[in-house]
Amino acid sequence: MATTLRPNQTANGTQVMLSGDSMTINMGPQHPSTHGVLRLILELEGETVVRCEPVIGYLHTGFEKTYEQKTYLQGVVLTDRMDYLAPLSNNLVYALATEKLLGIEVPERAKVIRVLLAELTRINNHLVWLGTQALDLGAMSAFLYCFREREVLLDLFEMMSGARLMTSFIRPGGLMADLPPGWTELADSFIRAFPEKVTEYESLLTKNDIFRERTIGVGVISRERAFELDLTGPSLRACGVDWDLRKLAPYSGYETYDFAVPMRDGGDVYDRYLVRIAEMRESNKIARQALDRLPDGPVMVDDRKIALPPRAELATSMEALIHHFKLVSEGFKPPVGEVYQCIESPKGEIGVYMVSDGTGKPYRCHVRAPSFINLQSLAPMAIGGLIADLVAIIGSLDPVLGEVDR
Amino acid sequence: MTAQTTATVVTDPFAASEAYATIHAAAIEAVGATFGDQLVETALFRGETTLVVRRERIVAILALLRDNPDLGFDRLSDLTAIDYLDLGRECRFNVVYHLMSRRTLARLRVRALVPEEELAIDSVVGLFPAANWPEREVYDLFGIHFAGHPDLKRILLPDDWDGHPLRKDYPIGAEEVQFSFNQDEIAEQYPHTLAAREERYFVAHPLNN
Repeated sequence: MATTLRPNQTANGTQVMLSGDSMTINMGPQHPSTHGVLRLILELEGETVVRCEPVIGYLHTGFEKTYEQKTYLQGVVLTDRMDYLAPLSNNLVYALATEKLLGIEVPERAKVIRVLLAELTRINNHLVWLGTQALDLGAMSAFLYCFREREVLLDLFEMMSGARLMTSFIRPGGLMADLPPGWTELADSFIRAFPEKVTEYESLLTKNDIFRERTIGVGVISRERAFELDLTGPSLRACGVDWDLRKLAPYSGYETYDFAVPMRDGGDVYDRYLVRIAEMRESNKIARQALDRLPDGPVMVDDRKIALPPRAELATSMEALIHHFKLVSEGFKPPVGEVYQCIESPKGEIGVYMVSDGTGKPYRCHVRAPSFINLQSLAPMAIGGLIADLVAIIGSLDPVLGEVDR
Repeated sequence: MTAQTTATVVTDPFAASEAYATIHAAAIEAVGATFGDQLVETALFRGETTLVVRRERIVAILALLRDNPDLGFDRLSDLTAIDYLDLGRECRFNVVYHLMSRRTLARLRVRALVPEEELAIDSVVGLFPAANWPEREVYDLFGIHFAGHPDLKRILLPDDWDGHPLRKDYPIGAEEVQFSFNQDEIAEQYPHTLAAREERYFVAHPLNN
């Protein structure tokens, strides 16, 4: 029986022909291309998506409630577990927010190491994104190449913090410890070799006909719509917007580094790919500058009311012992107030809104998670496209469900 | 909010730049001039300005801050809420809006007072479409109703969840966690048994009917 087709204007302006004969299907939460436990309720007409409703919360662990039960220092370990692909960025924004509450600034060496680590973790994040995005589109080998380099980064993180993923290395007041011997040499060799590796990834994908077919013109979002939905990070920069908090509201001394903000105009999956590839090169440049200027000095503030005393002093100084006991049992107590601090994480603007009531634990700690806000743009990008393209679009938004659900 | 206006503000590394301070002052003046009866107090801490307002005209106040050409706070970067129960404030709940101007890059915080007796405030999704999910999150975790929201339902927790966890009187660790060794014991204590879940998700679910 022939069905009459009627045109339908979708949210992003494209026209789809609808037969009125649609099917509702469930995608996820257990689906390899949803990058975790994202569930989508899809309404399909043939292979065209006419409705897309994300259902989230499968990884909700109540981090914001847990922050209220922990001292400021204990709270650091929770930040790793939100965006587990870029733990050091999360550590950094939490530390900066706490330091803003306290009204302190960290020593210069700690600042430079923070920038260095934030950029290495950005590369780490983008490597996982690139590998999985390519894998979703059927390019197996790019994944193996990306994880080869990521292994070196994880070795670096393990050397300095003892953990490959949950680093908790950047802390309120500075860093957990100084970099261990041999770390800078390994980092140096990584940074030296990395640009060639990016060229290698690009040789697999950038001019690959299949990859271009699957990504160019797919998942387009206009600049105005991206503004409305508050899209941030590489996905916004792929819409031709010069928006990077490292330039607009510099923190940790980013204004002193020389780097470019990669941008593209198309707003499609391919442009988001190109922006992130270019960002890896820029991050590598920043990391190189940070490593070259690494000053000597302490990596923790000198204030005994905030920083734990050195281990050796505990055996000889009564005062150090008291400080240690007070800091570990009660924690430091910032003045009453509220602050919002944001940084450019690999995924966009991550912000921490922290309210202090003058005790050793935050009264309220809210995280503006970029993955959560960016995921609102998924439906407008997907509607009107094919279901096969949806897989490419999810990958291009780079959501981490730990951060979406918190 | 107790404003930390001590003598140290002058040397405060976090103090707002002159340009931002001017915009903050202009915002306070604009809101005070048009909605004088709505503006309860203002606070300055570490260079961040907070406007505390009543909830009745919240949409008009945010529209004013957005559309006034001198202010141009056209981006809602974050929306959340606080429960002031433990601090004994007069008004228990506050909904917090973090605004930003894409042109001047200035930021501004607006806190709207929501009394416990009537947990509702107007939705700002019409002004800032990005507020959609954050408002659902506040509804889910605090139980504050957003009037005029296009699709107000729980977002992070299951639809049949009891209570709102981010409220200060929501207990922590009150429920024993179900593991394999105490599976049946817990299942007997609570109505959310495996059978009930199966019924809800696999038998009675609209996708299967």
